[in-house]
Amino acid sequence: MGALVGVVFALSMIQGAAMAATIKIGVAGPITGPYAKFGEQLTRGAKAAADAINKAGGINGDMIEIIPGDDACDPKQARAVANRLVNAGVHAVAGHFCSSSTIPASEVYDEANVLMITPASTNPQVTERGLAAVFRTCGRDDQQGDVAGDFIARKLGAKRVAVIHDKDTYGQGLADATKFRLNKNGIKEVLYEGVTRGDKDFNSLVTKMKGLKVDVIYFGGLHVEAGLIARQSYEQGLKATFISGDGIVSEEFPAIAGPATEGVLMSFGADPRKISSAQSAVKMFRSEGYEPEAYTLYSYTTIQVIAEALRANRNSKDGAKLAKYIKSNSFNTVMGKKEFDSKGDLKVSDYVVYRWSKGAGGKYDYKEIP
Amino acid sequence: MYILAQQLINGIILGSIYGLIAIGYTMVYGIIGMINFAHGEVYMISAYLFAIFLALASIFGITSLPVALLITLVLTLIITGMYGFVVERIAYRPLRGSSRLAPLISAIGMSLVLQNYVQIAQGAKDQALPPLYSGVIRVGPPDNFMQITHIQLMIIMVTVVSMVALHLLINHTALGRACRATQQDRTMANLLGINTDRTISLTFVIGASMAAVAGMLITFNFGSFNYFIGFVAGIKAFTAAVLGGIGSIPGAMLGGIILGMSESLFAGFVNTDYKDVFTFSLLVAVLIFKPTGILGQPEVEKI
Repeated sequence: MGALVGVVFALSMIQGAAMAATIKIGVAGPITGPYAKFGEQLTRGAKAAADAINKAGGINGDMIEIIPGDDACDPKQARAVANRLVNAGVHAVAGHFCSSSTIPASEVYDEANVLMITPASTNPQVTERGLAAVFRTCGRDDQQGDVAGDFIARKLGAKRVAVIHDKDTYGQGLADATKFRLNKNGIKEVLYEGVTRGDKDFNSLVTKMKGLKVDVIYFGGLHVEAGLIARQSYEQGLKATFISGDGIVSEEFPAIAGPATEGVLMSFGADPRKISSAQSAVKMFRSEGYEPEAYTLYSYTTIQVIAEALRANRNSKDGAKLAKYIKSNSFNTVMGKKEFDSKGDLKVSDYVVYRWSKGAGGKYDYKEIP
Repeated sequence: MYILAQQLINGIILGSIYGLIAIGYTMVYGIIGMINFAHGEVYMISAYLFAIFLALASIFGITSLPVALLITLVLTLIITGMYGFVVERIAYRPLRGSSRLAPLISAIGMSLVLQNYVQIAQGAKDQALPPLYSGVIRVGPPDNFMQITHIQLMIIMVTVVSMVALHLLINHTALGRACRATQQDRTMANLLGINTDRTISLTFVIGASMAAVAGMLITFNFGSFNYFIGFVAGIKAFTAAVLGGIGSIPGAMLGGIILGMSESLFAGFVNTDYKDVFTFSLLVAVLIFKPTGILGQPEVEKI
């Protein structure tokens, strides 16, 4: 009798577990470290999307649980985080942030047949290695480089361009793509060099650019080094237009660059906050006192795509199956309709050039150049 | 011409900072023969303290920049000095007399503790200090001038003043005499009535104060710092100390200037990518031909 009760009890436990099943989705990015600001955007966006989906009844009745993973933009740590997420039994991963982390981590997910969609890694190699279940909801550096290269050549009419990068996968990839496009436009850069992440003093580089009479500085890298180079150029009286990519989309950039921020240009996807389908999500973020800048809505979109694919495949964990579905369907997200090509890239990229300038309240903000 | 002059100025400023931090390594090594790997973290903490006290000064309504800077300088020096004292007391003094490796390991541990403590207490993100002051002296034609900002000028002046003060302290005061005696022979100094424990503590405090001066200057100048800056600065300053001859105070300053100059000139005239490769090759070359560093003295076997 006692044994029977035990069995019944155990059965009810199993059933209970099955009824309250959760769908674990890993969100990996730099939650700590110098680029923690971006990690916050990813987790904020993902959590908000998961909450909205759970409130509407979850995915086929199952609730999403977000499992954060902190890679600090360190490739070694990214692999460890990827292994940890796979061992935790995630259905899919939204991440990582830095291309140099996404690429090694994607190999781990590929081995485990887990779907990975990065909301932010723009290096072409992320989707160029033929991994079946790797996607991104952002553009690619070669697309971004094309936009920047054309802008420098045609709109700015630059003569003497310096191309600087931070020797990182993302930064150098972006700088190379821009350089390639510049050369195609008939502009040969006067300087092409890499700086070291973590350095503070770039004065000798700035002096060198001054000596070369540079009129445009293109920088491939993230906001800390970008801010320091812009500030030191300003301090040394180098009157060159500073232009960079989506790595400087952060309110910390003007904090570091100071008055040098005025007039800095950058390429970035068309501001997702202005898309009509994003308005209710934007309002929700703002009501919580959080400004959904930069990658927040990209992360939101990523979770939506994952959820939609899971819903259609009855919560399957099979990365290859989910990938096949994603490649052959279109998705209605907060950032509008999204479709993916056979590599896992978006069919349509939407890079535009923005200009930083001081707003009415004395705060620096960026606006699209018409 | 102006470009070369500008690169030399860039190099001197960078070198002054390296030299100031290197003094802490070299003094500690000179007196107890160990490398204080937590020294770079003390420098990092001073950068945070500087920003915090400046912010507090503005909250308390001190609008005059020189007054705010002076108050910040004094408070930061006191607290950073206390950090130096406490680090020695907790991590090194209990291990005095044990094997040479033990304090080395506890130094690395101390460095990790301080780094993580700041990361947790202050957050992992990069901190920024807006440019507070922007005076500049320019020489030459308008499109090809060389310049030095007032802050950079201040860096050079503060470095010189600190060096002179340190020189006077070591060579012309009772405390300095005690330091030199402890360095030469700790047992004998003890027998002659010198409180060597206190002398060693003071060495740590002086080293930490020098790092604090560097931390404040660099934060004032560049305006960007995070919990990890101590590592890179520490490695560079340690290199400067070894290059100049570890244990020698003028050597630390000379090593710093050489390191700063070579980085600046190589980045300016050859290539930024290989700047660090060049400076560390230089270190290897110097050590091959002069293993004690430029101004270092070979260790004398005490009988």
